[in-house]
Amino acid sequence: METITLLAWAFDSLLGLGLLWLAWQSLASPDLFKAIVLFFAFGLLMALAWVRLEAPDIALAEVAIGAGLTSALLLAVLAKLRATEINDDTTEPLENVEQTFRSFQWFPTVILLLVVAGLSYTVLSLPPYATGLSAEINTNIENSGVRNPATAVLLNFRAYDTLLEMLVLLIALLGVWSLNGAVLQSKTAPGLVLDTLSRLLAPMLILVAAYLLWVGAHASGGAFQAGSILGAAGVLLLLAGWRLRPALTALPLRLMLVAGPAAFIAMAVFTMMIEGQLLEYPKQYAGILILFLEIAATLSIGTTLVALFLGGRPSNNFPSNDFPSKDEEHK
Amino acid sequence: MSSAFLYTLVGLGLFALGLYALIVHAHLLRKILAINVMGSGVFLVLVALAKRTGEVRPDPVPHAMVITGIVVAISATALALILMLKLTAKTGHARLPDDQRESR
Repeated sequence: METITLLAWAFDSLLGLGLLWLAWQSLASPDLFKAIVLFFAFGLLMALAWVRLEAPDIALAEVAIGAGLTSALLLAVLAKLRATEINDDTTEPLENVEQTFRSFQWFPTVILLLVVAGLSYTVLSLPPYATGLSAEINTNIENSGVRNPATAVLLNFRAYDTLLEMLVLLIALLGVWSLNGAVLQSKTAPGLVLDTLSRLLAPMLILVAAYLLWVGAHASGGAFQAGSILGAAGVLLLLAGWRLRPALTALPLRLMLVAGPAAFIAMAVFTMMIEGQLLEYPKQYAGILILFLEIAATLSIGTTLVALFLGGRPSNNFPSNDFPSKDEEHK
Repeated sequence: MSSAFLYTLVGLGLFALGLYALIVHAHLLRKILAINVMGSGVFLVLVALAKRTGEVRPDPVPHAMVITGIVVAISATALALILMLKLTAKTGHARLPDDQRESR
């Protein structure tokens, strides 16, 4: 068994307990705003846990998406919810939550304890050593075109999963668009500080996204992390009151959204014709083909995340209030 | 106990906490939050079990799965939140009817 020093063990235990405590506090908090902020803190601690588990790629994705964008989305929806609800029960009386959550409810508790006992038994009876597929990946990584194992799995060995994942993103957005019609944004001019800050931060975030995209070939990073940073830049500009030029909201926006899935499908057809296998790249061009796919995927992921945050289809009937997004005209 | 199994148990704990909150809370936003905590627990179990390689680098396949999973989780969350907003706009409430409370 792996020998871990006392200090590392203490840190891991503390981190584990912190995660459980924050999750409990977030789920039991009577105030929904507080619950979401605690969930954000929980996401940041999760990122630390990913680093401890030697998964820096996941840590990057967790900080940007799991903690950052999810919390921003939840807070934005909470604000809309408080505006639409008839009787404001988003801040429940303390005793209600205390009753439903903290009091002992024997039936769910017993079922849950049985589930946890069963799962713990299963997990602890697993062999302490298992290499999984690392040996296969180590022997084949020379042929994958990249040197970062996570990127090799995502864009080469299991590129089929990523193709389907891009489609899931697109379908989720189509669901959101069909449920919610055109979204009108209130025309609030940003304050001087927010305006300056967003002007400074957005180009920097785009630069970071480009760096992560490039570095993903041989170190931690890649399309997902870069896409989420790009999405974060878009959300920041959206919150700061930037608007997209009306001419760009119709076709160009939709082209950006489908660029990733379309590139993957085109690549799948292309590789079927060349190599006879779905997404099996010709070896000498694997690197450049993966980079091409990653650029398309990054653009699509970033745009889709911003569109999901906006929560509705941009409409051409309201040119002055149109789809706000990154790096465009300022009203 | 190795750190892999420690984090696996933490992941199980998060899953259980999230499941409990999913069952007992009537408010839909809390249910969505609970599902996200459950998802984090599942991800933690997957990645912790991938670290059972000893001194060697962990298995990258579950890592790639979890990165994909995080992105899928936020898109599902966004869809669920819009459904909740639509329900609230229609009924005026963001919580499911609580049978116990009504019968009291």
